[in-house]
Amino acid sequence: MLRLFNKIRKTGMVTETIAVDSDLQALGIEVKSVINKRFAGSFAIRAVDSGSCNACELEIHALNNAFYDIERFGVHFVASPRHADALLVTGPVSQHMAQAVLDVWEATPEPKWLLAMGDCAVDGGEFAGSYAVMGGIAKILKPDVIIPGCPPTPEVILKAILGLLHNT
Amino acid sequence: MSRFDWLSELIARCEEEHILFHGGSARELAPAHVLHIDIEDWGKFAVMAAEQQTRWCAVWAVQQDEETLLMNACFEKQGDYLVIRAPLDIHSPVLPSQAPVFPAANRPERHSQDMFGVMFGNHPDSRRWIRHQAWDEEIFPLRKDIRMAHSDQVAPADTYYPFFQAQGSGVYEIPVGPVHAGIIEPGHFRFQAVGETILNLEERLGYVHKGIEKIAEGRDAEGLAKLAGRISGDTTVAHTWCACMAMERAANVAVPRRGIYLRALLAERERVANHLGDIGAICNDVGFAFANSQFSRLREIWQRTQSVIFKHRLLMDTIVPGGVKVDLSSQQCETLSQQHAVIKTELNELMAILNDHASLEDRLVSAGHLSHELATKLGVVGYLAKASGVDYDLRRDHAYAPYDRMNIDSPCYQQGDVATRLQVRADEIIHSLILMDTLLQQLPDGDIANTWKPPVAICEGLGMVEAWRGEIISYVQFDATGKISRFYARDPSWLNWPALEQLIDGNIVPDFPVCNKSVNGSYSGHDL
Repeated sequence: MLRLFNKIRKTGMVTETIAVDSDLQALGIEVKSVINKRFAGSFAIRAVDSGSCNACELEIHALNNAFYDIERFGVHFVASPRHADALLVTGPVSQHMAQAVLDVWEATPEPKWLLAMGDCAVDGGEFAGSYAVMGGIAKILKPDVIIPGCPPTPEVILKAILGLLHNT
Repeated sequence: MSRFDWLSELIARCEEEHILFHGGSARELAPAHVLHIDIEDWGKFAVMAAEQQTRWCAVWAVQQDEETLLMNACFEKQGDYLVIRAPLDIHSPVLPSQAPVFPAANRPERHSQDMFGVMFGNHPDSRRWIRHQAWDEEIFPLRKDIRMAHSDQVAPADTYYPFFQAQGSGVYEIPVGPVHAGIIEPGHFRFQAVGETILNLEERLGYVHKGIEKIAEGRDAEGLAKLAGRISGDTTVAHTWCACMAMERAANVAVPRRGIYLRALLAERERVANHLGDIGAICNDVGFAFANSQFSRLREIWQRTQSVIFKHRLLMDTIVPGGVKVDLSSQQCETLSQQHAVIKTELNELMAILNDHASLEDRLVSAGHLSHELATKLGVVGYLAKASGVDYDLRRDHAYAPYDRMNIDSPCYQQGDVATRLQVRADEIIHSLILMDTLLQQLPDGDIANTWKPPVAICEGLGMVEAWRGEIISYVQFDATGKISRFYARDPSWLNWPALEQLIDGNIVPDFPVCNKSVNGSYSGHDL
């Protein structure tokens, strides 16, 4: 147990000590102030994979690591659409997932926002034109924010969330 | 050990059973050996192959002309691959199933059934698998005469899939998915439980089917490499490598030695990245947040280096037909070596803490047990196999360049539980770090890629790569204009998903997430 605490002590706060993150820090603080003002300190996102290759999911996970630590800004990922303010949709919307995505959107309470993340969610990406995909979330629902990239980096995702909050 | 020393015995046994061979070839799909048989003997051959303790790897069809499908099945023993082929009349596409003797063939055969309309006569479970309700039962997307048009109509959900039912006092059912509570891919799990205890788990996949095999057709080599890199985003390097290997063997394009070494370096980096992330995630699934935060920190450091040196955090599109896209300066080699040392130190430190933690041990030891017998019977691969006493690693047993010149140390344990699978992953990280140091030290000078020359005649090739999840097999066929006419990629998840249904038996429902994570099958890689 002592070793565990020692490791935590030795690791320190990577969130603050990384120089390349100064820009992100400013961005995060900006997110936090907007969230405090409009969402009582809490903005809940439900991630929905509509048929992605899993690369976007890996980068969403990265948002929660100690470097980005998105929760410190009041943005958190929730387990149910019923708890969500926004859906973050990845993937080209496979035919087999399309109805499920619509159901998830239906289950999300108003007011709600839709973020399309990754080239696939934007326009089908590498899978555009396939019989098995709708070719982007816009084919079934209107996204409020689009986040291109294959996959978009955690910084880009964070900036997009900020963009959404400014527009709402 | 000489290569293929088991093959003559298998052939002799088949001949005793009156299985007719119409020629064989070591060149047709080299390095695999090809045997041509009659379609009537498809099932009988499987019985012989099982008797000789081969491992079932894959089945795929290739449409040769308007009348004929060429059926392919792949087997492995001692690192040598055997492909059997038989023509099948497209107008009466019935053949014997191999699933009665090889459970691994069950779902892949149903994939062929849904996509090509071939019928496996004595299949133990012929329910639809990849097909949901997006296209009609009578439509077979991969047949050449079927033009699968894109549609903007939303397909109905596959509500009436006939799941296995369990009835009795106290038995209840838990449907989970396709949208899961975590940030993970979609799939459906149907549990039958009594109290906390899982009586039965049935998986239903296919939700992220994107028609990859169909949209591969007509692409050039570069286009296929890009698509292969998106079969499963966490395995982008290995899938691209495997597809490129198949294309290069088909078109007879050599890769410069420096390019080969860099490919291996990228593949090992991908292995380390995923293992780091998953060790943390497994611990997180039993509420040990410390490990998750530490391991995701290491993963992030790892990915940031990739972003700087290889221009992509997940290494997408770094491998191209004929070689690789990104070269390393000697200074970058030095940076990478230093990072290997840092990660090794941190990993050892963290594993000592994890192994010392009694409450972690309490949750991970004996959870999700997969016996050696079951692992062999199901033909699982990768860390799942290595944790259950199945000692197979392509890098050592089917040594492809550059691994053929290296000492490959692959872990193997007998316990077969979640804790052991975690240990295998930690061991593999250490081995990969050592391997990467060797690759950097021995990195040959020269070009990193040769120019891709599109083939001018119909040709085909087979690739096999040890991805971080285990063996990938890719088949590629070019038409006479240098365009892809058939692509099939068998992700390791095809072989490992069925094991989850088995190893969860008798565990409690709250242990499902950690058991699932310890297997970590790919949904996208499976659904294609």
